[in-house]
Amino acid sequence: MPSWPLNQWYIAAYSSEIEEGLLGRTICDEPLVFYRTSEGEVVGLADRCVHRRYPLSLSHLKDDQIICGYHGFTYDKSGSCVAAPAQKRIPRAARVPSFPVHEQDSFVWVWIGDSDLADTALIPRAPWLDSPDYTVVRGREPIQGRYGLLVDNLMDLSHETYLHGGYIGTPEVAETPITTEVDEEANVVYVSRHMDDAECPPFYANSTGIGGRIIRWQDVEYHAPCLYLLHSRIAPAGVLPPEDGPDDKAFHVEVTYGITPETEHSTHDFWMVARDFALGDEKVTEYLATNNHTVVMQDVVALNILEEVVEGEKENYQELSINIDTGGLAARRILKKLIAAGEAPSAAPAAAPAVAGTV
Amino acid sequence: MAEPHTPVRADLPPPSRMLTGRTVYRVVWKLNTDVLVGYCWCGVPHEATDPIELWDWLLAHPDTHGPGDAPDGGTPPVGSDSAVRELVKS
Ligand code: FES
Ligand SMILES: [Fe+2]
Ligand SMILES: [Zn+2]
Repeated sequence: MPSWPLNQWYIAAYSSEIEEGLLGRTICDEPLVFYRTSEGEVVGLADRCVHRRYPLSLSHLKDDQIICGYHGFTYDKSGSCVAAPAQKRIPRAARVPSFPVHEQDSFVWVWIGDSDLADTALIPRAPWLDSPDYTVVRGREPIQGRYGLLVDNLMDLSHETYLHGGYIGTPEVAETPITTEVDEEANVVYVSRHMDDAECPPFYANSTGIGGRIIRWQDVEYHAPCLYLLHSRIAPAGVLPPEDGPDDKAFHVEVTYGITPETEHSTHDFWMVARDFALGDEKVTEYLATNNHTVVMQDVVALNILEEVVEGEKENYQELSINIDTGGLAARRILKKLIAAGEAPSAAPAAAPAVAGTV
Repeated sequence: MAEPHTPVRADLPPPSRMLTGRTVYRVVWKLNTDVLVGYCWCGVPHEATDPIELWDWLLAHPDTHGPGDAPDGGTPPVGSDSAVRELVKS
């Protein structure tokens, strides 16, 4: 039984990664191959030729068909084998599984589970990633660790003070109490940390130009299992959002993560920073890209170490949870519930009200 | 209500409510203490100093009251959650 929920949408790639050619990527232990047809549609197929298992991602794309790089079995975009060398009749079984994919908000999402249950309305949104009102920097890092470690990491931002001191961490992050909410039906965990008089970390001082103390709000919205949003509001101390009208005296940064399991012990860490200020300013873009990459790598290094530790200790390891873990514990429980729902024989889409059973 | 509301209330820091679903659990860290105050979606609060114990209590709570106890309407959402929806719509 996998440690991630089935019958869920996962971020497989950025749209920009799938242009020409074939992209091979393992998502939830499924080796997949992606490409874009001449019509612009993204196709996701199992990345193993039915003949002798050669990876299709290492093969050739021609006229929207994949020609296996080993003996030339040819597959159309539905995964059906349409030609094989010197063969008059193609066996019916000659097809590779096709996976539902959907492009939205600059992502390519893939459905892992029963294809009949794939409903694109279930995909959570991050519209700023594809909006002219924001400038976005992004990257993707492999983590040699289970995806749950990244969920734990992102749900508790008090670690910023210690792991990311001098970048995004200041004393107030770890010192400010949090408020946690869980929507049992939507499978969303929300964690707010509102610092009304805080030091401005270099990351924000250098990108916004604010000198002096700030109001810093961090509102985490985790849409289990894959999409993590951190709505960050930075304003000079004393500047609250107006009663009505746009909050244009503040700087807004939408820190977004795609948390996609690759295998039981590795994870795709998709990270993005979208800002609503200094739009198109190359220097700010460069600064945020470089610094956020540094911050992401500080987490990656720590999580790679933790994977070795927890794997070495197997089931016997003990943890101690304190108040800062309230959101992380909620996220773990939602994932557990989704895993159980995904395993159920006639699994319904996990966001359906039937799962919660609280009405 | 199947059971009376106990008078415990956290000194709520803003934001007062972010998610707007029907069944939202809420945990507030009481300012200047180590106390967490959890609210079931039906409105009943419970105090704890251990988040695991508090979640256990909250999750058990729906079984202790009837399905007729609809959550109260609550305050309108504030902050970026609603902003997200507007951006999606546009
Ligand atoms: S392995 Fe693909 S054609 Fe032989
Ligand atoms: Fe971090
Ligand atoms: Zn209740």
